[in-house]
Amino acid sequence: MNQPPMTSLQRVLTTLAHKEPDRIPFFLLVTMHGAKELGLSIKQYFSKAENVVEGQLRLRAKYRHDCLYNFFYAPLEVEAWGGEVIYCEDGPPNSGAPVIRNMDDIRKLAPPTRIEEIPCLSKVLNAAGMLKKQVGDDVPIIGVVMSPFSLPVMQMGFDRYIELMYERPDLFDHLMKMNEEFCVQWANAQLQAGTTAICYFDPVSSTTISTQEMYRKTGFHVARRTIARINGPTATHMASGRCLPIIGDLAETGTAIIGVSALEDLGTVKAACRNKLSVLGNLNGIEMRRWSPEKAEEVVKNAISQAGPGGGFILSDNHGEIPWQVPDEVLTAISQAVQEWGRYPLDWVKGDR
Amino acid sequence: MTDIVNDFMQALLSLDRVSARNMIADQSHRNAPIAFIEEVVVAALERIGAGWQAGTVALSQVYMGGRICEELVDEILPPGDPERKDQPRMAICVLADQHKLGKVMVYSLLRASGYDLSDYGTVSVDDLVARVQKDNIEVLLISVLMLPSALQIKKVREKLTDMGLDVSIVVGGAPFRFDDQLWREVGADAMCRTASEVAAVIRRVTGGGVA
Repeated sequence: MNQPPMTSLQRVLTTLAHKEPDRIPFFLLVTMHGAKELGLSIKQYFSKAENVVEGQLRLRAKYRHDCLYNFFYAPLEVEAWGGEVIYCEDGPPNSGAPVIRNMDDIRKLAPPTRIEEIPCLSKVLNAAGMLKKQVGDDVPIIGVVMSPFSLPVMQMGFDRYIELMYERPDLFDHLMKMNEEFCVQWANAQLQAGTTAICYFDPVSSTTISTQEMYRKTGFHVARRTIARINGPTATHMASGRCLPIIGDLAETGTAIIGVSALEDLGTVKAACRNKLSVLGNLNGIEMRRWSPEKAEEVVKNAISQAGPGGGFILSDNHGEIPWQVPDEVLTAISQAVQEWGRYPLDWVKGDR
Repeated sequence: MTDIVNDFMQALLSLDRVSARNMIADQSHRNAPIAFIEEVVVAALERIGAGWQAGTVALSQVYMGGRICEELVDEILPPGDPERKDQPRMAICVLADQHKLGKVMVYSLLRASGYDLSDYGTVSVDDLVARVQKDNIEVLLISVLMLPSALQIKKVREKLTDMGLDVSIVVGGAPFRFDDQLWREVGADAMCRTASEVAAVIRRVTGGGVA
């Protein structure tokens, strides 16, 4: 007898238990494409919670993916700390000049409090509540935080942050304490508002950026302390950075999912994560811009064959945000390929992975 | 020389400025500073860059290693020293976004390799083109982090061509690492996957004419 199709949330929870659901869960992490759907500029689109809610619902209806992504833009958090957001017409908003202009500013910095009263953050909380009313428990609503360890790239600039890590451990620790406090409050406010799970973006922990040794002394402890205080499930995303050498450490931080890079072999990552972490990834969002429908199908099939068997896998892009330039035809082709090739059991996948 | 390169690289990877400085001091009285820079400093930085590309070295090490070398090379070959290479006329910039780490690394590595070049900071397309014309730039190095910024390089190329300026454009940054056809699409002459490739790429695009 045929089983009824699972809801998106059931599908995701099954795969997170390292079991095979009815098909591969598919997180199409589209943000700016909502503006296209509504015929708005990117700046107009992100100015109101209602726009993002409508955009996310339309995009999910169009591409049949398994989450709603309540991510507005990366510099939202530095905006809450008093920083500037720079909008552009064809890409994600960027952070402006750093709020920490010299090392001594770190001692004077105070984290934002009363999260709900900060306009840029309250928009996101309102959107989470509205999305929850629309989908109830059928569809996971994914919220986003920048990890306390990665936020300083936008707070003070990447070069000076690397110098801080190596040369000013006292100030580094002070900054981490403030960022951890903010991150926990921000994550928990989103969960309270209706978000199902938090995506903890932490590219600085990736071995692309930090040495394994440095990570174990810094980003690992920050993540473990922070994730332990977040009142819901978390996925750690490397935003295109590599993570294979630190997968064991990542599992110890308490995260459930790891978002992995297109620069790493998905099958190898999946094997290293088996029964410890679920894998999210790893379609190349930059290259995706010029894929043909046939290429999209081929890439999706390849990813499914490498990481799909046994569950513990959610198909997604490798960065956590689909570029504005990726055409709808490619997203449609990816979606169709998941529907066609992602049904369990994956009998077409040869060999025991 | 291989052992010296390896020892120097290890000193950089472990941020051991003292050992790196001592190696330079030991060697530079036997050879001309520029020879030591080319044979040891550049070689070590290239190996570190290759390690990053292979996933065995972290970006933080590439950055700190480049910064240490820039400081040490400035000591033995101060800015404006006649031994520094100021040809071809070069400039570096970040185009249209605030992410300057890549530019800072390339700038440090080129200065650590004995080059002099102009640093334009973060610029818009129009500002960049105007400065390139004014300064008679021959090689333009553009660093980007975001895809939209990368796509704006196409406008830079078009405007330079319209103005009849023969400028070699060398690009680098994350979008190019994730799409190996993108640099051609935007009209660049070459791309660098790592900061430490840049000296070799400059030699190539200028026909090997750089000392």
